[in-house]
Amino acid sequence: MAGSNPNAKPMNLTLKVWRQKNRAAKGGIVEYKVKDISPDMSFLEMLDVLNEDLLRKGDEPVAFDHDCREGICGSCNLFINGRAHGPEKGTTTCQLHMRKFSDGDTITIEPWRANAFPVNKDLSVDRSAFDRIIQAGGYVSVNTGGAPDGNEIPIPKEIADRAFEAATCIGCGACVASCKNASAMLFVSAKVSQLALLPQGNVERKARVENMVAQMDKEGFGACTNIGSCAAECPVGISLENIAILNREFLAAKATSNNLV
Amino acid sequence: MILDSKIPEGPLAEKWEKHKFDVKLVNPANKRKYDIIVVGTGLAGASAAASLAELGYNVKAFTYHDSPRRAHSIAAQGGINAAKNYQNDGDSVFRLFYDTIKGGDYRAREANVYRLAQVSVNIIDQCVAQGVPFAREYGGLLANRSFGGAQVSRTFYARGQTGQQLLLGAYSALSRQVAYGKVKLYTRSEMLDLVVVDGKAQGIITRNLITGEIETHAAHAVVLATGGYGNVFYLSTNAKYCNVTAPWRAHKKGALFANPCFTQIHPTCIPVSGDYQSKLTLMSESLRNDGRVWVPATKETAERLRAGQIRVQDIPEEERDYFLERKYPAFGNLVPRDVASRNAKQMCDEGRGVGGSGLAVYLDFADAIKRNGADWVAQKYGNLFDMYAKITGENPYEQPMRIYPAVHYTMGGLWVDYNLQTTIPGLYATGECNFSDHGANRLGASALMQGLADGYFVIPYTIGDYLAKTAPKPVTTQHPAFQEAEAAVRTRIEKLMSINGTRTPDDFHKALGHIMWEYCGMARNAKGLEFAKAEIQKLRREFWSDLKITGLNEELNQTLEKAGRVADFLELGELMIDDAYDRNESCGGHFREEYATEEGEAQRNDDEYAYVAAWQYMGDNQPEVLHKEQLHFENVKLTQRSYK
Repeated sequence: MAGSNPNAKPMNLTLKVWRQKNRAAKGGIVEYKVKDISPDMSFLEMLDVLNEDLLRKGDEPVAFDHDCREGICGSCNLFINGRAHGPEKGTTTCQLHMRKFSDGDTITIEPWRANAFPVNKDLSVDRSAFDRIIQAGGYVSVNTGGAPDGNEIPIPKEIADRAFEAATCIGCGACVASCKNASAMLFVSAKVSQLALLPQGNVERKARVENMVAQMDKEGFGACTNIGSCAAECPVGISLENIAILNREFLAAKATSNNLV
Repeated sequence: MILDSKIPEGPLAEKWEKHKFDVKLVNPANKRKYDIIVVGTGLAGASAAASLAELGYNVKAFTYHDSPRRAHSIAAQGGINAAKNYQNDGDSVFRLFYDTIKGGDYRAREANVYRLAQVSVNIIDQCVAQGVPFAREYGGLLANRSFGGAQVSRTFYARGQTGQQLLLGAYSALSRQVAYGKVKLYTRSEMLDLVVVDGKAQGIITRNLITGEIETHAAHAVVLATGGYGNVFYLSTNAKYCNVTAPWRAHKKGALFANPCFTQIHPTCIPVSGDYQSKLTLMSESLRNDGRVWVPATKETAERLRAGQIRVQDIPEEERDYFLERKYPAFGNLVPRDVASRNAKQMCDEGRGVGGSGLAVYLDFADAIKRNGADWVAQKYGNLFDMYAKITGENPYEQPMRIYPAVHYTMGGLWVDYNLQTTIPGLYATGECNFSDHGANRLGASALMQGLADGYFVIPYTIGDYLAKTAPKPVTTQHPAFQEAEAAVRTRIEKLMSINGTRTPDDFHKALGHIMWEYCGMARNAKGLEFAKAEIQKLRREFWSDLKITGLNEELNQTLEKAGRVADFLELGELMIDDAYDRNESCGGHFREEYATEEGEAQRNDDEYAYVAAWQYMGDNQPEVLHKEQLHFENVKLTQRSYK
């Protein structure tokens, strides 16, 4: 079956892949060759080809996280040639296609590197620290059933749109992987901003920001030094503005703290 | 076995209110004495786990993902229906009910669907209160759009990421309960069996996907919210991990499986580009609001186009066939999914398909861009256009998109009664995992609605009725049924690991998908189904004698995970074929070529087939036994669907 670009030629590539047996083991780079890679393949489909080859030869396939392959679940998380999710701006690994590479290229593939994201195996890392940060306050405390009518509180479109932009974070961790300090500020700020912007989130805004930041620190993420590589490498374009909002929210909360939690 | 749907007496509009009053309640102080297992943390699972924990039950929530937020509900694009009638355009609970029953081609229960329409309005309120940033108008009120198959604007949305925003809302509610200690969260844990004690569901067996450890978990009730089984076709719009294992294990323990052949093929997906294809990507059908579907009017033009002799821009207006607008003037490009899909297939079968493979039709935005400007189109569909460009390398602002149908949703699933309880007492199924609300075809923007309706507003009431009749004694995993189930899981894993053949799990999965797509896909016939059944049996034998897995059980082993899922798909596939073979009519997504009107539309047979087909497992390699739940329609008149 011909793809969208019938003239594109298949490629042969050299892959340098991080292999690590488990969390405790020492890992290292292993070199593989893959042949006849179609430019229309996604990056993960290229890895599928590698893994099928390895398996047929009796070797262990490379473990990597992925699921929706539509750029929205946030599972995929490869550090490709030194960049989170690879060379294409605003793109998750699963949406990166091989037409962005050339025949004969050598591609280095590593897991996210951060103390707070220990390696499970090969390219798969443990990002449960993000869940614990959300559990610390990334919600509005409403039980099922007691909500007023959805149109009870009008929200200006501009505010709703800004909250939406912040809420589109997919929780992949590229921000952490791209930061020289392995800071999670962009991730945390996206949730803090979303809920601080909306009237529904207003009631708990002080406690929320204090508790989420405290959990972030506890997980071992680094401090933010305003370099901005997080936002530059974010596959869904979460804006650096959110970090400014987070800092303001945090300062305001601390200055007037009545957080008894 | 007599299937008792437990539909409450009384007028349709009063059934749910009456039932909520009639169900038994669990005393608030006693709720903390009950443990509930919820498997799956998508919309149906996360909403159920959070709501049950809020009530005071102890919940254990399981997901095979690294985080509950990854469930495939997150990928739903278009929106969620609710009968709010905010647009003053004639919508009502009854109209949403009617559209859903009709859209499902009269193969769903009236009472369930009416309840779904009733609680739809509460879902929107709940999500807004959670901070879900729905699209809004300049005046600050919630915005709506119309969606495939509906003539009112009742769909709420958050750009093209509605599923993401709703799931993150449910995930936040779940996270809050985790923080309170009312939900214990088990990530990277896959359910591999159900434990039934004295005829009641009392626990599950799981595998820790990082360590390979097999664990037993006990509870007073088990809720399966594990999604659909579209990946039986290998290529589908489902996420790669989506699988049927949890409900299939329950099925083998006694839960009946209903309408397995009812699969939805979505018309607007990005076409297959090669054999390496690992999944298909849906383009939200909201695109059909402004895009026009067409193919070249003649086979000759299509051939020249495919050969690269002409470009799409070279085809003059009069040589384009806007086939949906031509055949269905009333609904045009907005006909329901099954109708749109079948027509696209028909055009390609006639040799008028486009793209390199000829297995695609155009979805063209040129008119919308001319009418409203590219910025307007970008504002509405920007992220979908970007996604299309990334995947295909083509610019949809400059040339029409190529689309083709793909497997998207499975209406079939575990049989449940009005309480969402399966035929195993104490075992419930919610969301896509059950069969209950969409009949033979699901309308757009109704999956999110059903998942959240079940989880937020149905199961919290109905599970209480069961628990109130169950003694609040602690449950343990000490019963021999747990040891037996655990041993069976271990034996199966050892067997998979020890075959040491030559073919990979993906290899078998692709072969199965090919059989299912060719013979049990958009069009089916008796001869093809007979052939497919034999092919699947053969493939299953090969699987158990020639499978190759490397590595160990006692580690993260994604090949082993896949193998277990493919093994279950290989059994389910045969049941789907049996079900399609047995249903000698066409309805919704089930199109039997032998049963079509003169115009080629689906021909139902209400006299003989207005029933739910619920299948009972009888043992390995034994034919399953069919039980029929007759459907009664007291509030709608069964008509031939017409979208002309």
